[in-house]
Amino acid sequence: MTESTLVVEPSGGVLSLRMNRPQALNAMNGAMLLALRRAFESASRDREVRAVVLTGEGRAFSSGGDVKEMAERAQAGDADLGADLRQHYLPMVRAIRACPKPVIAALNGTAAGAGLSLALACDLRIAADDARLSVAFVRIGLVPDAGGLFFLTRLCGFGKAMELALTGDTVDAAQALAIGLVNAVVPGGQLMAAALERARAFSAGPAETYALIKRGLERALSLDLEQALEMEAQLQTLAGRTADHREAVRAFVDKRQPAFGLKTQS
Amino acid sequence: MAYEFVLAETDGPIGIVTINRPAVLNALNPGTIAELTEALEAFDADDAIGCMILTGSERAFAAGADITQMVDAGPVEVLRDDNFSRWARLRALHKPLIAAVSGYALGGGCELALMCDLIVASESAQFGQPEVKLGIIPGAGGTQRWARVAGRTAAMEIVLTGDPVSAVEAQRLGIVNRVVPVGAHLDEARRLARTIASRPPLAVRLAKEAVNQAQETSLSAGLELERKLFYLLFASEDKREGMRAFLEKRPARFQGR
Repeated sequence: MTESTLVVEPSGGVLSLRMNRPQALNAMNGAMLLALRRAFESASRDREVRAVVLTGEGRAFSSGGDVKEMAERAQAGDADLGADLRQHYLPMVRAIRACPKPVIAALNGTAAGAGLSLALACDLRIAADDARLSVAFVRIGLVPDAGGLFFLTRLCGFGKAMELALTGDTVDAAQALAIGLVNAVVPGGQLMAAALERARAFSAGPAETYALIKRGLERALSLDLEQALEMEAQLQTLAGRTADHREAVRAFVDKRQPAFGLKTQS
Repeated sequence: MAYEFVLAETDGPIGIVTINRPAVLNALNPGTIAELTEALEAFDADDAIGCMILTGSERAFAAGADITQMVDAGPVEVLRDDNFSRWARLRALHKPLIAAVSGYALGGGCELALMCDLIVASESAQFGQPEVKLGIIPGAGGTQRWARVAGRTAAMEIVLTGDPVSAVEAQRLGIVNRVVPVGAHLDEARRLARTIASRPPLAVRLAKEAVNQAQETSLSAGLELERKLFYLLFASEDKREGMRAFLEKRPARFQGR
């Protein structure tokens, strides 16, 4: 039995996921993709989990798909990469996007190809200052996948997305921050501390509200203003009924910090 | 009135029937159909009710028929039971019926939703006719209603693949009126129901009848019927009140007469 491809560590309300194929720069094989999918599906259901941090063991966050395996199959001429995506990658991407809890990617090193797509599917990205990001696909004659095209255009706009996808060039953490590809950059040694601090803050926050915000933002991507205004009103009706909202406004009036996620007496 | 498989409640002028078999994802056994029909007919006959809602749980509107009850059945038993004939009574309801759908609306559950006049769906709703995967086809109107509402092309894909479509896709296909966030579907259905219930009941009733005839008759017969119903409403007190209130710039008080 080989070492687990994904190390799963719950701690308080935070679930840490660490991709664990350091010798392969955390290239995603079938086992890891399935483990990621399962981890996010169970994090979605588990009431104890209130935030998720995803990172990589070793020098890389993830170098993406397994290119060696691709080369063998390309030579044999029997590759249907689209079918592979549908079977292995897409369920994982959907599981991440469907997760109602905040998901933070801690980019500890290289994030390339589908490894970058994976990072972009998360809600927030914190990068080590020596992290390097690349859409990469074009370098092996492929189209960005696993959500790459979708997330790139939305995170850094059409023009920049086109540049990154057509060139496959590597950007460093500072550049990534400047174009909106990551949310924050911290010194390498402080990456996990920073990611966990943010995750702990989320885990102490209003979980149901986060779920509603995530759902709303997801939907807002495909709505016009009128539809979005109406959807916000519907979501606010739901938010206004949560225990967390009641607690937050009570705490505001009492001039104290709110205690979210506790059973409030009705 | 207490039921075993459904809950019936009112909210002002709205009658709400909730399919309540959570353990089986609201699978539709004959008892459930009988009860929900009865409950809806009771609301339909109640002058205080102006609009009705049929709903399920957040996980399932109704996840099809009870397969356990069909697995060993032969054609004679199915014919003698003739369960689906009971569904026809839902077509005779005069008041508008809104389906508030979240989660699964599959097989008979999807057909049930399609029998309603409007559908409000949560984002998690899934509509589909998986019968073909079991070696049968839809038997409570699925092939006919999908074809009439969404068109032949979409209907073919739905009934031939048996794969479900999302709420957003269902809206694009024209079977869903509104898609709202999960958990908001019943609120939205109530809002829609309140609006309809505030309209004059006779006009609402005849409007529903006229639209339903659009799928039953030729255009000229349909236009003829519409015109007759239009003239008929000129005999109502509500027409007089509605027009006067409009001219006097005040809210109308409709009596249903």
